Amino acid sequence: MTQAWIPLALTLKVAGWATLLNLFLGVTTGYVLARKRFPGRDLLDAVLTLPMVMPPTVLGYYLLVLLGRNGPIGEWLVSNFGINLIFTWQAAVVAATIVAFPLTFKAARASFEVVEPQYEQAARVLRVGELALFFRVTLPLAWRGILAGLLLSFARAAGEFGATLMVAGSMPGKTQTLSIAVYEAVQAGQDDLANFLVLVTSVTCIAVLLAAGRLMPGRVPGQS
Amino acid sequence: MTRFSVFALGLLCSGQALAAGLTVSAASSLTNAFRELAPLYEAQHSQTKIQLNFAASGALLQQIAKGAPVDVFASADQVTMIQAQEQGLIKADQRRNFVSNSLVVIVPLQSRAAPASLDDLTTPAFQRVAIGLPASVPVGRYTKSTLEKVGLWAAIEPKMIGSQNVRQALDYVARGEVDAGFVYGTDAAMMADKVRVSFTVPTEAPILYPIAPVAGSSNAEAAQSFVEFVSSDEAAAVLAKYGFGKP
Repeated sequence: MTQAWIPLALTLKVAGWATLLNLFLGVTTGYVLARKRFPGRDLLDAVLTLPMVMPPTVLGYYLLVLLGRNGPIGEWLVSNFGINLIFTWQAAVVAATIVAFPLTFKAARASFEVVEPQYEQAARVLRVGELALFFRVTLPLAWRGILAGLLLSFARAAGEFGATLMVAGSMPGKTQTLSIAVYEAVQAGQDDLANFLVLVTSVTCIAVLLAAGRLMPGRVPGQS
Repeated sequence: MTRFSVFALGLLCSGQALAAGLTVSAASSLTNAFRELAPLYEAQHSQTKIQLNFAASGALLQQIAKGAPVDVFASADQVTMIQAQEQGLIKADQRRNFVSNSLVVIVPLQSRAAPASLDDLTTPAFQRVAIGLPASVPVGRYTKSTLEKVGLWAAIEPKMIGSQNVRQALDYVARGEVDAGFVYGTDAAMMADKVRVSFTVPTEAPILYPIAPVAGSSNAEAAQSFVEFVSSDEAAAVLAKYGFGKP
């Protein structure tokens, strides 16, 4: 049943990259939104949350129009770097990153907002630099919530279907993720393959959730 | 607040059709023609309200096989209809072919490349070729069997961008995301402002669309009458307008 392992490996690769990108994008955005005061902050928060509430087909259409060969971003990528994103696994990463992004930055923002300012003040009194302060005090204190957000985002990225199908197509071994492979097996009446793929997906999800439980200990790492 | 609650409640409970519904599952390539045929039929049969459901024929077959409440099934190929018949899903005695179509190779309108034959598609000028997924999309099935027959499938398959139905392949070409695509003549004609037909592909067997009432239909009489209507002269005129030929 290699027909199932290849989509599984691809799904983990796409979701892994999406989560890694979200680690940087989501934590940065969450920190900025939690700590900086600027006009239009609430509006920005709402706009950045859009991918979570918009139908994936709408997002897929936006991406197809923007990243396509004739789209503004797509044309720029092709003429400057010779990169054509559409129908590649990288396009699936873009789609997965965007749909999962709100889950990361929302969790990060909430986590940064509840970090007690006294700890940071204390560190400043001890003449800890701002950068070191972020990595040695603020981030460790907020880490648990961020990790929870990242795991949710990984799950969301792995399950992404609509936008991915539109921008990455469905090429076996190249862009066919688990969710798309299941859809296609059902469309083609291959119930045996569909059953197996669904089983693999379910087991994978449970494994991720169990791993999530292990990764999140009952203590705040920064305090040990 | 009360007014809003009543409105919300109404919204949740809406959607009850008064007329008897007739669900017609039709191949994607029939989308535009059937959207025009449905109101024509309704005008003559005021007690019937038609619900159209479009997808790749293979996907429609799976919906019917899993018990979807469908009354009429129109497929874009014989293979799918034969599968439906073998599973006892349709009324075989009322099955008939109602239109014919052609398989064409199209390129984006602004494309400089102009393939003259299937062999040309194997050249590096064509990196991506949109083809319906052969497992569930009839146009992909016609394409694959034709390419296999002339010994080009192995060369073209690696360039294949699989599409979920014929209209998706058409859209990929129209947007210039692929270098060429295999679609029906009727689809190409619909997007003449965005795609160009390079040549017609000679298929092994003629492309004939069958239609039949679904065996489990709860509205058998209307289903039969709709099947007959689609083969009438009046319907043929509408179908011809969209480029479909006589069977």
